[in-house]
Amino acid sequence: MDLAKATFSGYKRENGRVGVRNHVIILPVDDLSNAAAEAVAHNIKGAMAIPHPYGRLQFGADLELHFSTLIGTGANPNVAAVVVIGIEEGWTKRVVDGIAATGKPVIGFGIEGHGDHATIQRASKAAREYLQWASEIKREERPLRDLWVSTKCGESDTTSGCGANPTVGNAFDKLYPHGVTMVFGETTELTGGEHLVAARCRDEEVRKKFQFVFDRYQEIINRHKTSDLSDSQPTKGNIAGGLTTIEEKALGNIQKIGRKCLVDGVLDKGEMPTGPGLWFMDSSSAAAEMVTLCAAAGYVVHFFPTGQGNVIGNPILPVIKLCANPRTVKLMSEHIDVDVSGLLRREMSPDDAGDKLLECMFRTANGRLTAAEALGHREFVLTRLYESA
Amino acid sequence: MIHFVVHDENDSVGVVVVEGVKAGQALTGWIMDQDKDIQVKAMSDIPIGHKLAIRPLGKDATVIKYGVDIGRVVAPIQVGEHAHVHNIKTKRW
Repeated sequence: MDLAKATFSGYKRENGRVGVRNHVIILPVDDLSNAAAEAVAHNIKGAMAIPHPYGRLQFGADLELHFSTLIGTGANPNVAAVVVIGIEEGWTKRVVDGIAATGKPVIGFGIEGHGDHATIQRASKAAREYLQWASEIKREERPLRDLWVSTKCGESDTTSGCGANPTVGNAFDKLYPHGVTMVFGETTELTGGEHLVAARCRDEEVRKKFQFVFDRYQEIINRHKTSDLSDSQPTKGNIAGGLTTIEEKALGNIQKIGRKCLVDGVLDKGEMPTGPGLWFMDSSSAAAEMVTLCAAAGYVVHFFPTGQGNVIGNPILPVIKLCANPRTVKLMSEHIDVDVSGLLRREMSPDDAGDKLLECMFRTANGRLTAAEALGHREFVLTRLYESA
Repeated sequence: MIHFVVHDENDSVGVVVVEGVKAGQALTGWIMDQDKDIQVKAMSDIPIGHKLAIRPLGKDATVIKYGVDIGRVVAPIQVGEHAHVHNIKTKRW
């Protein structure tokens, strides 16, 4: 596959970033505003509410992460315009102002002093205007380097490590020289292979930062664990699929970064990268949490290898699922976008599999819906750092 | 036909990639990194995705996969035997 002149057809946003979807979202600041947000999305066909359970009495770093995740979600180039609804106007304005920095249309409504009915009416009017405006934005031809691609695997089994994950690695190795911005994460899921990631870091500064976030997450595990985590990490599904230890799972996971890419930088949770290359994001290994953070960091297409058949999607980030387990591909075909089970029958080379994934990536970027989008999977899960006040 | 795959020739285990492997069955494995074949007789029924030992592993031995340490043996494993959570544990956490 010649990627040197490859292009895709995307939506150029006010800040120069390029999206592959054109969503108008109704974004609640807090749990209390979900009902109004969902009512607006019900009224305005084509607008999408993104409900979630948090946003009250959070404080410190946990609150900052809440805001940065909501703002990053609204700022993501797959989103054309945003209606923000919060219980009160102060925090609502903070989210609106954060998204407005991108230059895209955004407006906020506080419920207190108005009630749900008046808020739904005002917000529905704004959502209708945004939706009709967005429906006239045209896709335009853009160079490959404008695409930001994230990856995270889930319900992995041993076929992930020998099939689906190396396929992502092959695709990443091919995208890397063309200035694509990429990310992987899952901090605890590197346990046993962290030395391999450290060895791939671009320089000593990146390596130190990587080791710092890795050690920080190990301390959290050691502080709270009540066992060796052998029912949580690996998960029950991982174990049913044949994975035995965290080390084995981690080594399979690391196949996703290929054999040539360097790790160019380290991001905190949901943090936006500042340049092209492969980034490591400190993150949970829970699928929806990690993918939500990738969307908040600005990624527009996601590679999700699975073994046992994780069914995850995301409201704004198209999640492309690939699988090498012939049983899963057969039993759960409606969830799988790219079947690479031929790798394990020696019918397909890693190079063929990588090309097949890239072909699906271009089709998805150009507008083809992923299985998760067609099935309505919109898992939006905010990462929490500790208890609310 | 390939019944199991091995990442690296120094690994101590392979991964079954077909359904219905039964004890006593003659299996052909593919060592991916070196592109070689290997023959092993299954000593247990092994589900798809699960591992079998391709060399004998005594108690407390280190299990190697991808050429890297993936844990320690807690009960001896014969060549061709099912290798999983009942006989291998993490060295971390």
